[in-house]
Amino acid sequence: MTHLNKLEAYQLSCVRDDRILFNELNFTLTSGQVLLIEGANGAGKTSLLRILTGFRRAESGHLLWNEELIENSVHFYEDAAYIGHNNGLKVALTAQENLRYAQALSSTTLTIDDAMAKVGLAGYQDTLVRLLSAGQQRRLALARLLCTHKPLWILDEPFTSLDRASIKLFEQFIETHANQGGLVIMTSHHETQLPHTLMQKIHL
Amino acid sequence: MKKTSSLLNAFSAVIKRDLLLAYRFRAELINPLAFFVMVITLFPLALGAEITLLKRIAPAIIWVAALLASLMSIENLFRADYDDGSLELMVMTPHPLSILVLAKVIGHWLISSVPLLFIAPLMGMMLHMETDIIGVLMLTLLLGTPVLSLIGGIAVALTLGLRKGGALLAILVLPLYVPILIFASSAIDAAMTGFAISGHLSMMCAILFLAITLTPLPTAAALKMSLS
Repeated sequence: MTHLNKLEAYQLSCVRDDRILFNELNFTLTSGQVLLIEGANGAGKTSLLRILTGFRRAESGHLLWNEELIENSVHFYEDAAYIGHNNGLKVALTAQENLRYAQALSSTTLTIDDAMAKVGLAGYQDTLVRLLSAGQQRRLALARLLCTHKPLWILDEPFTSLDRASIKLFEQFIETHANQGGLVIMTSHHETQLPHTLMQKIHL
Repeated sequence: MKKTSSLLNAFSAVIKRDLLLAYRFRAELINPLAFFVMVITLFPLALGAEITLLKRIAPAIIWVAALLASLMSIENLFRADYDDGSLELMVMTPHPLSILVLAKVIGHWLISSVPLLFIAPLMGMMLHMETDIIGVLMLTLLLGTPVLSLIGGIAVALTLGLRKGGALLAILVLPLYVPILIFASSAIDAAMTGFAISGHLSMMCAILFLAITLTPLPTAAALKMSLS
């Protein structure tokens, strides 16, 4: 990740059920930075993330990825990874089959075995995802981030159903990713401690 | 260390994964097949074993049964992916979504329609069809069933956001299935009366290629819409 990436949001607003969730939201995120989005339930955190992934259109405003509108950018989906409330795993496939599929669709860096070892799932390669616990499934979804090459991570409550040790581990991964020139946008209910990175906060 | 993924890799990975999933749920594979066989079996029971009548209407029965069987399984095309978040994963790749959609549709065709192709000659024999007419029937099924999956894909993508899209799906899709049904039955009619069938088959080929090139685009657009 040598070249610098930049995500810019201009005057974003989101309306849901005639209620304005947020209005005129501006931010710029460059390589090495983490953006933490805070807010009460229903404040529009997930809606904002889905706007940032391009799934949802903002009522007004626009988003630029490396100076290109994300809906026109050919690189945005190559560079962005999203983990939402659902893990995007097939429960009838094994852990390894799920990761292999993810790798076939994107550029890869780490091998599957290395990524699984990093998230503490070594030895579970051939286990059906259905048989993993909720926390382990979440960890497998996060392992997908590690084994594919995506500079921009967009994470919706990544720490859901993780234990305290795993949360610590993932905060480290996020820091490493940012320090290697990655960008992270995340929402979290937990107190997120990332002392070694440039962190911006948006409170909705 | 960075390895990029080629479109061909991604394309085959999507098909491979869907085939693997179908294999893991192989009990469900039987459903459209059993439906196909049972619907066809009902006709001789209701009409009586009059050979000339059965022979006459057998191709129509088999085609309509294949069409309904395809409709029955088409909803699975994107539903599971939509529910578990894999669809988002499929959108967020460097590859054009329409090509990956085509891979999914091909996977669906292999899983739901190809088994029907294998059992259709047997059904034809049961209804006293002549061997050369069975051959024509097989040809029309081979050219026509992929079109059913391709067109069905658009409607499935459009109705993903609805909780119970089943009935609406049938209403949307069945009228679009009509042209392919007409060309297939006229090809079989021509074969039965001894006329040349190449014209009808060429038309079906044209529809197939048109569907392969055009339907993935609206399907991909509808999928993106359903994610918002």
